[in-house]
Amino acid sequence: MSNLFCSSIGRKLLMSLSGLFLIIFLIVHLSINLLLLIPDGGESFNLAANFMALPAIKFGLQPVLALGFIVHIAYGAILTLQNNKARGNSKYASGNKTKEVMWASKNMFVLGITIFAFLAVHLVDYWIPLQITHAAESVTIGGTEMHNTYALVKANLQNPIKVGLYIIGSLGLAVHLTHGFWSAFQTLGASNGIWRRRWTVAGTVFAWVVGLGFCVIAVAMLLS
Amino acid sequence: MDNNISLTLKVWRQNDAQDKGRFETYKLEAVSTDSSFLEMMDILNEQLIGEGKEPVAFDHDCREGICGMCSLYINGRPHGPDDDVTTCQLHMRKFKDGETITIEPWRSAGFPVIKDLIVNRSAFDQIIAAGGYTSVSTGGVPDANALPIPKPDADEAMDAASCIGCGACVATCKNGSAMLFVSAKVSHLALLPQGKVEAARRAKAMVGKMDELGFGNCTNTGACEVECPKGISISNIARLNREYLSAKLQD
Repeated sequence: MSNLFCSSIGRKLLMSLSGLFLIIFLIVHLSINLLLLIPDGGESFNLAANFMALPAIKFGLQPVLALGFIVHIAYGAILTLQNNKARGNSKYASGNKTKEVMWASKNMFVLGITIFAFLAVHLVDYWIPLQITHAAESVTIGGTEMHNTYALVKANLQNPIKVGLYIIGSLGLAVHLTHGFWSAFQTLGASNGIWRRRWTVAGTVFAWVVGLGFCVIAVAMLLS
Repeated sequence: MDNNISLTLKVWRQNDAQDKGRFETYKLEAVSTDSSFLEMMDILNEQLIGEGKEPVAFDHDCREGICGMCSLYINGRPHGPDDDVTTCQLHMRKFKDGETITIEPWRSAGFPVIKDLIVNRSAFDQIIAAGGYTSVSTGGVPDANALPIPKPDADEAMDAASCIGCGACVATCKNGSAMLFVSAKVSHLALLPQGKVEAARRAKAMVGKMDELGFGNCTNTGACEVECPKGISISNIARLNREYLSAKLQD
């Protein structure tokens, strides 16, 4: 067990587990974002955002989430570097004309960079004003004072350029997930002829529900 | 003649492992579409010898698709434009008259070029030597029904055992990964009772050797199973992951 993570399959196991963990995070994130669509002036969204800022979550779960991102990004970079080295310096003059290979599966690193850019913008737009500088304005709901996260989101999504970037990031995420979802289970060994098809279908549906879900919310906020 | 075609060949020439290598262009007239790709290469070499030039070096042996020696990267695909065949089983009827065919060696850090189109695939032998066998004494030939094996297991083991170790999987993989080869060799033994005894040790030893030899990490693109002349499925890779992870967790 000691040298598991020094092996190729061990490194991929880390990619798989951190990826599945981030998928769970995406489900939570999308569920809370869906509250933005409730026409109550953002009350339920603010309550949910305030819940996510509870000390147990802020200091307990947030570092775990950060670790999940760091492991996934660091090992993604390590694996990509090693794989480029294994491919060798000489390229095929006639290219690679293998058909039936998903485009996403060959471009996971590039798609990952798109999502990383998106993550960085997110940290600047939301994480810093809400959890570091506390520059975001306040609102009182049911006698409790809390950040008006809804107003912050709404202000950001009034900017069509930001909504455009948001859509690009979400679609990049969707394409990344079309390969990432089933690939995580393949790496865990939880796949065979039958389950491969099931994971692929489930992964494709999940990827587009999440990707388009975020897009729809952003567009709805822009138009509201 | 209707069934003859003329071709332009762009062939990789490299004197030895140290040489930088380059493409040379040759013209071939009146090649029968009934000839195999390797017969076309033979015709090219006879032409070159006739001109007093050095013939092109390429690997081949049985020429019936079972030895795994032939290994040409033709027009962007290992073993050429046909599916589920080795280079020796590829026929010239798959090409058009006047076509330019680019012929390259397998390219991967794990398979260095020795000369022209021949690469050193002894890395695969080293992986097999690390554990791709059974060391249990099997005694004399037992009755076929003495050891019941479920039909699906027997079928999957036979499918995995059809791997001829040609290296097309590594050649096409964007990561230069040998996982399809290793997973086939681990699977065909792990599925059968005689091989199961040493399954854990075998998976660890073969993956360890594969990593040590500098093959890449599998990212499940599936290009290998598309190009495999024997149609080995990547469900074998899932099985290898399973075997390896459970072996490591038991340590």
